[in-house]
Amino acid sequence: MTNFRDHMGRPIVAVTGIGVVTSLGVGKADNWAALTSGKSGIHPITRFPVDHLNTRISGMVDFLDSSAKGASPLTYELAETAAHEAVAESGLDSSDFGGPLFLASPPVELDWHERFSLYNSDKQDAGAERLLRVARGLKELDIFETTQFGSIADRLADRFGTRGLPITLSTACASGATAIQLGVEAIRRGECDRALSIGADGSATAEALIRFSLLSALSTHNDIPEKASKPFSKDRDGFVLAEGSGALVLESLEAALARGATVLGILRGCGEKADDFHRTRSKPDGSPAIAAVRAALADAGLSKDEIDYVNAHGTSTPENDKMEHLSLSTVFGERIGSMPVSSNKSMIGHTLSAAGAVEAAFSLMTMRESVIPPTINYDNPDPAIVLDVVPNKKRNAEVRSVLSNSFGFGGQNTCLVMAREPV
Amino acid sequence: MSSPRDVVITGIGLVSSLGEGPDAHWQKLAQPGLQPVLEAARFAPYTVHPLPEIDWNLQIAKRGDQRQMETWQRLGTYAAGLALDDAGIKGNDELCATMDMVVAAGGGERDEAVDAAILAASESRNDRDVLLNEKLTTELRPTLFLAQLSNLLAGNISIVHKVTGSSRTFMGEEGAGVSAVETAAARIRSGQSTHVLVGGAFQTEHSDMLLGYELAGYLHRGPWKPVWQRQGAEGGGVVSGSGGAFLVLEQREHAESRGRKIYAELGPVVSGRARRSRGELDAEIAGLLSQAALPNGKLLALSGASGAHAATSAEKTALDADGTIAARGFSTLTGHMKEAQFPFAVALAALAVDRKAAYPVFDAAAEKPFEGIPASVLATAIGYHQFEGMALVKSA
Repeated sequence: MTNFRDHMGRPIVAVTGIGVVTSLGVGKADNWAALTSGKSGIHPITRFPVDHLNTRISGMVDFLDSSAKGASPLTYELAETAAHEAVAESGLDSSDFGGPLFLASPPVELDWHERFSLYNSDKQDAGAERLLRVARGLKELDIFETTQFGSIADRLADRFGTRGLPITLSTACASGATAIQLGVEAIRRGECDRALSIGADGSATAEALIRFSLLSALSTHNDIPEKASKPFSKDRDGFVLAEGSGALVLESLEAALARGATVLGILRGCGEKADDFHRTRSKPDGSPAIAAVRAALADAGLSKDEIDYVNAHGTSTPENDKMEHLSLSTVFGERIGSMPVSSNKSMIGHTLSAAGAVEAAFSLMTMRESVIPPTINYDNPDPAIVLDVVPNKKRNAEVRSVLSNSFGFGGQNTCLVMAREPV
Repeated sequence: MSSPRDVVITGIGLVSSLGEGPDAHWQKLAQPGLQPVLEAARFAPYTVHPLPEIDWNLQIAKRGDQRQMETWQRLGTYAAGLALDDAGIKGNDELCATMDMVVAAGGGERDEAVDAAILAASESRNDRDVLLNEKLTTELRPTLFLAQLSNLLAGNISIVHKVTGSSRTFMGEEGAGVSAVETAAARIRSGQSTHVLVGGAFQTEHSDMLLGYELAGYLHRGPWKPVWQRQGAEGGGVVSGSGGAFLVLEQREHAESRGRKIYAELGPVVSGRARRSRGELDAEIAGLLSQAALPNGKLLALSGASGAHAATSAEKTALDADGTIAARGFSTLTGHMKEAQFPFAVALAALAVDRKAAYPVFDAAAEKPFEGIPASVLATAIGYHQFEGMALVKSA
């Protein structure tokens, strides 16, 4: 007799659909094949000229129709593509989803190409005055929609027939995980039987790259792009900006089994803690990350000994990887030396608003396939970081539970605990 | 019948062209015939409700912190501080460390001078992508990005006010404010949170913020009029305003155990997404009114109507059709404050419940007087473009 409630009396939340897009390709099959063969999606930037740029590589998704159309159209297409795969897998009606939508998306902005085109369609006035005047003469709404924060979610809600006011959220690099957490919470509160949680990011414009570059956050190891993202290595020098999307169909276990759905995994727990130390740097003692991990374990009703694998935030910045190691060592104690901890970002780069969702998808697949993807480019280990990073090659292993970390700019930390089975 | 997990409002932080704080707002808005504070020259042909002079030091003690922000984040951080002060939570480490937060945010201010220079140069360059790289790599202040990032308002509230429980940022104009309040309330009712800081800010005095409306022609032009009277006027009806509104929501039991004054109870919060191009807005508004569990008898409503012609007209028709509702379109006096709009509506509703008095009409030609004590007050935000929400605020 299946128990449908967790240790705190809340409905157990199952995953019945998974979708993913990254620079490695569209869909779980292509992504998983690449990920487990240690293939990198990082490549030289071709979307725009790289003159004057210190970083000339990325994990952009260049093979979609919208790839050259700007951040809003691309983010929409990424979200729609991953969600389509997830909903199709779930067997639910793809135009009448019947549950709420939670979308993690990058902040939107008027694209520079539109700015130039609006500006140069006229000669009078200058600067903002001209833009405003041209704007009020526009007949079409398509440019306007790219500047409204709610528009991508609104289109997705139309596309999939989700219920109610869709939530578009941002917690920086933790956004994808937060989208999943919001879906879990809505189901646990009994507001719905199912939720569609998507993390998508197609915002790798020149300005986005430059913004991160000015904060010294990005790797400048341009010469061999696929080697640049090297989490936990001695010579790591920053993250590689990337794009992608991850989508999960979340359902109460009870509802999933009642309709005969295949359960792909369980969302056991979510934990969060905000950091008050600095806008981009984490508190050096790792206390917020430690608290987030412990909160996730407690929420999952699991002890620290019951985690088989950690899907790290592992951005390849000097700081994150050090802080993450400290935090994991503190929580897991001596056991950390024998726990596999790998970073998908070594291959797909940092997919920003999508990362938490993409990595949750890969965590679930890790458990289903009994294969742990490697941390690639682990050629010069950082002697201060003693971790089993599953170096360079995949590993076959039974994995019953995963801790997935996402630590965001602005100090928003979210950890998810996923399991293969309900109990 | 009250329950320990009822959601109550124990702190209010408000900033607008009318001033700062719940008391200042009540005193102004309680005066019949109050005139709005308007700025018609700086952004002509658009009128805005500008921010008053604010002493940021009062809520953001460190200059270093102030310098990391532009006006939008300062405004939100300031209003959040006011709410925390008002609730007696500011400076209480234990309460701040366990306080959850949901912020409704747009984006921060771009550097207008850099943008104008790039645009001017683009007139004579056809290698515009290279032009962008040249200018942006050299002219942008590196930390400006952090002042622009949507989730950094919440980040700054954590850093400055030490609120470090869970932190969520919702984006999506008025709908983000609705979802923020709705989610915060749901967390409290379910026992997941004991106390939550929720709200948003909007800083309109920047060309990109106006562009965000005007790319669809939403801004009102010509002489200023009250929010219900802009149909048929030049432009799209919206007069925007700078402002911020933050609420401290708490479990009743938690508030009572720390002996805090309760302004009001937050009753049902309802939200929706009308497919307006299919003509669904009227039905959506009617549906929300019925879901909001309105009490019998006359009802005061604090409407976040934006002035946008179609949305505002649909709302007015629906509110008037229900013969018992006396609406107050507060944007007449504050301007439309986007992400802050719904929290502001809830705050003003809570004040009326707390003070046991309705606001006088903000527009004598279009609003009905309300006599007596408003035991329940409706708050609404019908998005100028998309998304809708309402909440019923009741005496505690």
